Amino acid sequence: MSSDLNHSPLEAAHVALGAKLVSFAGWNMPVQYTSIIDEHTAVRTKCGIFDISHMGQFIVSGPNAVAWLNGLLTNDIAKLGIGQGQYTLMLNEAGGVIDDLIAYRTGETEFFLVVNASMIDEDFFWMAARQGEDIVLSNESPLWAGMAIQGPDAAAIFAKVCPDEILPPRNGILKTKTGSIVCRTGYTGEDGFEFFSPAAEGIAYWDKFLAAGAKACGLGARDSLRLEMGYPLNGNDLSPERTPIEAGLGFFCDLNKGDFIGREILVRQKEDGPAMKLTALRYLEKGAPPRAHYPVVSGDGAVIGELASGVLSPSLMTGIGMAYLPAEHSKIGTQLGIEVRGKVFPAEVVKKPFYKK
Amino acid sequence: MGLMGPTKPNSTNTMSTPADLRYATSHEWVRLDGDIATVGISDHAQEELTDVVFVELPAVGRAVDAGDPTAVVESVKAASDIYAPVGGEIVEVNPDVEADPSLVNTDPYGKGWIFKLKVKDAAHVSKLMDAAAYEAQIS
Repeated sequence: MSSDLNHSPLEAAHVALGAKLVSFAGWNMPVQYTSIIDEHTAVRTKCGIFDISHMGQFIVSGPNAVAWLNGLLTNDIAKLGIGQGQYTLMLNEAGGVIDDLIAYRTGETEFFLVVNASMIDEDFFWMAARQGEDIVLSNESPLWAGMAIQGPDAAAIFAKVCPDEILPPRNGILKTKTGSIVCRTGYTGEDGFEFFSPAAEGIAYWDKFLAAGAKACGLGARDSLRLEMGYPLNGNDLSPERTPIEAGLGFFCDLNKGDFIGREILVRQKEDGPAMKLTALRYLEKGAPPRAHYPVVSGDGAVIGELASGVLSPSLMTGIGMAYLPAEHSKIGTQLGIEVRGKVFPAEVVKKPFYKK
Repeated sequence: MGLMGPTKPNSTNTMSTPADLRYATSHEWVRLDGDIATVGISDHAQEELTDVVFVELPAVGRAVDAGDPTAVVESVKAASDIYAPVGGEIVEVNPDVEADPSLVNTDPYGKGWIFKLKVKDAAHVSKLMDAAAYEAQIS
């Protein structure tokens, strides 16, 4: 164990299962247990469980919490009823993405935010530096173990492990009688939920979900599953230099709710049309697995961008990826190429998601 | 059960590191037949890589030195170079692993071979590790 890495409260369970652990966003996390393809398939066909303890949890409360969060986040938080959640983004003054997160309303004036592991400190400082009157902002990340239980069998597995609780509806949140938090959200495109327990109870719950039929899955499968859905990964597909309009996330930006940081840029980009667009590419034939930073070339062989993310899709058994490309190259059906070690594999611009049931 | 003690975890190692092959520190194996060396990756290497989904083969006729990146084996997660364990000329590549890369996982010392070299100097092969030395490296 490296001393400068953060350790999940579930780490001992991963070691016991023989997981391969890697450094991810400053955390020592399982990338796979047996096989990324097997783990990926388990989530698509049955159920998998991921350690997401590295992700951050903030609590925001106070009489002005709705107005304050609405000034910091792109989606309209006032639309959330108690027990509901929404995907949203936090932008810098230039409209670039600091982080994408899910905000859940847990009370009239209380919200639970789940943020990316790599951005916990930056998000917190950004918010704290803009803290409004009577707003209480707390970073509870170290207190919680987190796991994502994902796949068609997830609801049945929840019923086995928590027989006294009702799984909340899609995007909903529930505080259990025993002090855990259940969110009907995920990052795989399958039904499922994210379960946050007090850190010390994490391994006991992890073992219960495994015993109920969930297969342990690592970050490798988490990445291939999310990319098949076209979900962005902050740091790859989102960055402070790219706006949500360029990333194709305009749906999650309410430009009519009132002012928020970055709004003006988004309004202008929406009117003019973004010059660059995060574009989904799919191989037209068999080829070397596409990966982040591989060049994307146009029909005449000119380099027009690079992949932000890429993977050999285990469900489709073909290469898929996303790249920021000039808008004129981003139309569905455009024939492009992805260059791997000097060889160009033909690819086509497709509509997201890559994978449909 | 308790009286018997635990089974030895390395009891299958003789199976996973054939004694008749030579091994490079970078996890390739070599089977020498006359001056033709067949090259693949070890059972240990395929297990570490997991799920091989793509193999990029070298061009037949290409001359390589020992240590040259010669083929690429890719899993979902990563691309790994396969190095020429000894110098020589590529005389044959395995089209079956191109069509079905999982052969590298399921039969690393058999159907999962990757390329054949006409070696410059067969004596170089005997300087590679034997099975015992390779076992010691990976244990």
